[in-house]
This record gives sequence, C-alpha cells and structure tokens, in this order.
Amino acid sequence: MARRYDSRTTIFSPEGRLYQVEYAMEAISHAGTVIGILSKDGIVLAAERQATSNLLEQSIGSEKIYEMNDNVVAGVAGLTADANILINQSRIIAQRYLQKYDSPIPVEQLVRRLCDMKQGYTQFGGLRPFGVSFLCAGWDSAFGFQLYQSDPAGNYSSWKAACIGENFSNAQSILKQEYKDDDSEGSSSTAGTQMTMDDALKLTCLVLSKTIDTAKLTSEKLEFATITLKNNKPHIHIYTSDEIDQVLTKYDSVIKPSNND
Amino acid sequence: MDALFAIAGRDFVISVSDTSNARSIVRMKKNYDKTYKLSSHTLMSACGESGDIANFAEYIQGNVRLYSVRNSQDLSPSETANFIRNELASSLRSRNPYNVNMLVAGVDRNTGESSLYRIDYLAAMSKVPFAAHGYCAHFVYSVMDHEYKEDITLEQGFAIVKNCLKVLKERFIVDFPGFTIKVISSSGIREYSTDDI
Repeated sequence: MARRYDSRTTIFSPEGRLYQVEYAMEAISHAGTVIGILSKDGIVLAAERQATSNLLEQSIGSEKIYEMNDNVVAGVAGLTADANILINQSRIIAQRYLQKYDSPIPVEQLVRRLCDMKQGYTQFGGLRPFGVSFLCAGWDSAFGFQLYQSDPAGNYSSWKAACIGENFSNAQSILKQEYKDDDSEGSSSTAGTQMTMDDALKLTCLVLSKTIDTAKLTSEKLEFATITLKNNKPHIHIYTSDEIDQVLTKYDSVIKPSNND
Repeated sequence: MDALFAIAGRDFVISVSDTSNARSIVRMKKNYDKTYKLSSHTLMSACGESGDIANFAEYIQGNVRLYSVRNSQDLSPSETANFIRNELASSLRSRNPYNVNMLVAGVDRNTGESSLYRIDYLAAMSKVPFAAHGYCAHFVYSVMDHEYKEDITLEQGFAIVKNCLKVLKERFIVDFPGFTIKVISSSGIREYSTDDI
C-alpha cells in the first residue's frame, strides 16, 4: 500500500504532493547539465552530453540544444525522446504565430504555451509527465534578451543565469557568486546586467569545469549556443566542435585550476 | 457608396470616413461612425455590407483585446493588420464569407512609426502611404497622388483631406451628410470635426 499515490500522476498524496511529477524532476537532476547566462548583448547556452561510449558514433547534429524559432534557442535536460515531442510542438506553435501575425512569437508566449502542454500531462489521467526541463534563450522586440527555465510540472521562471540537470545546485551557487549584477536601475536595456558576452562565455566555462565530473572538458561532451543581435535581428549560433574547442582553449585558465584539485 | 480614405505621415495617420449608413437607395442613419478602435493606437475603418462589417469588426475588436489581456502586451499595427487579413482570408474560403473592406491605421508604440494597411474583401493587403475604398476612391486617389509628399506634416495632411472632401462635394453625385475624421499619433486617437481641420 506504500505506493498508493505513486502510480497515477493525477492523484495527490495525503501530504498534498504529486509523486510522479516529483520523480520526473528527480530524473532531470541526473541528466546532463545545461547552463544559460544572460549578458548585455546576448545569451550563452551550454549543455553537457552525458555518457558517451567510444563505440558510439558522434551524432552530427546537436543533441541537447535546439532552435525553436528564429528568435528562441533551447537547451534540454531530461529524456531526449520526450524533449523531441515538445521541441516539435514548440516549432509548430512558433510557425503558427508567424503565419497569424507575421512577426516572431514573443519569447514568454512560446515558453508559456510549451508549459501549458507540460502542465496538461500532470493533470489528465493515465499519462506520465514529460521528463524534461528547458532553458529557453530568446529575444523579442518588447523585452529584449530573456532566459526562461521550465520544469515538468509546467512552471516557468525568468533568470539572469540558470542551470538545470546534474549538479544544478552547485552550479547555481557559483553563478550566484560570480554573476556581475548591475545595481544601478535602468542603466542598461537588458535586465540590469554588467556581463558582456565574453564574461558570460568565461563564466559558463568556469561553471562547466566545476560541475561536470570529468578529467578534461572536450568538445565531444559539450554543446554551445549563443543568441545575439545582428542588424537588429536575433541571430542564433550553434557552435561546431571546432568552435567549442576554440572557446575551451581561450578560457583554459579558468578551467585548469579545478583540474588540479 | 461609402467614402473611406486615409493618409499616413511619418508619425501619424489621418483617417476619414463618411457618416452615412445606407441600404440600397435609402439612408438609415446620418451620424454613423464607421471606425473601430482596436487598441489605444490602432484604428480600423470599414465599408461594405453593413451587417458583415458590424459582425466582423466586433469579432476582430474582441480578439485583439483578448490578445492584450492574455499577454499584457498590445499587438502592433502590423501584427493587427496581418491578423485581420488572416481571419478574412479564412472567412473567404468558407461557405459565407464576410464582405468587408478595411483600412487599418496605427502607430507602433515601440518604434513610434505610423503605418497604414489597405485590406479589401478578397483579403488582399498592402501597406501604403495613402488609401481609399469604395466609389470615393475614383475621386480622392487622384487628389492624393497629386498632393502627397513623403514626410508631410499634420497640417499638410489636413490640407489634402480638405481637397479630397472638396472634390467629393463637387464631382460625386452622392451627397454625404458628414465625415468622421480621426488622427492616430503617438499620443493616441483624437477626433476632429470637419471645421477643425
């Protein structure tokens, strides 16, 4: 009888909890780490590919970072198969908006629509919730650069720097310490930050080196993406493995110290 | 028989519509406002089948408002116009399409730029500096073609409107009971009487 409240997603336990949803979140905290950092002129996303066997063929496309629309890019932590469904839906939602209004979907609207879908699976019976969290980095004309985190329950929140997946609490405390916040109100167009893209990339490397349990950071285990503005239009760049190596070499000094201890 | 036209400057649009509501050869009302406020900075004027206009305009008005409530953010004039075109295009392919011609005028609150869209009942849309619908188009287009210059001021715009009204009075066999003149600018929508301009 101990498992009475485990088997269905839609039933509250006597303590008022939804176990299946909590298990889904637990699944995510074992998934590859995804980090997102907001800067003055863009957002950096980085993701860890977990457990690659040397027999496994390197996949050509990216596995953890996906373009949702021209103005939104997302990093995924959790079950890749579940994520594919949501990514596909979000692309359809974004294209429908474009067809209807002839303008790119505002970032929060896309995230909200996605979370509505996730929420549905925690309430309507016989289904398992999506075991996926997203970090969505995007730009729209009304609010500029935005970084959103979402969980399997369908909650979403906006962050200056966020981390999901394995070791996320460690990463978050490093981010909290190292993130250069802007104290003076309204001094910058994007949510008061002093970070530049370089700072953000550097901090990403630092956090990755301290959260990923590996001897050496390599492009085989990492994915990087940025969203910036080019000619006043959002520009998403998903890094090739060569470019990732370049970033890792550039910020070698931040990465090294952690390897020694 | 409706008269519907508009002229856009850099940061304003003047919208003019006649105030007569008629069916066949009978006038039902002579102080009828053919404009619909869609948001604080977007105005739509419509002519065509009067029942269709009321129904379609209210539907659009409601949905544009719903968007603002849901997203706590207004649609820009271009988004509004595209939405209207999209709705009209789907209606066109249904069993009973709406017979409505529209002018959508607005000022984008983010950029401060004005825009004017002309949409006809076949859901053809174009972004234009000036536009007209109905029989009056035969008369006012030549005046606007002749007098419109880029970056006109509001006063210059009013002067063109005056000449358009003059031509309508002189050459068009229909006698209009009056006109609704509204100006959309960054400060919102303001109504003028024919004597003001």
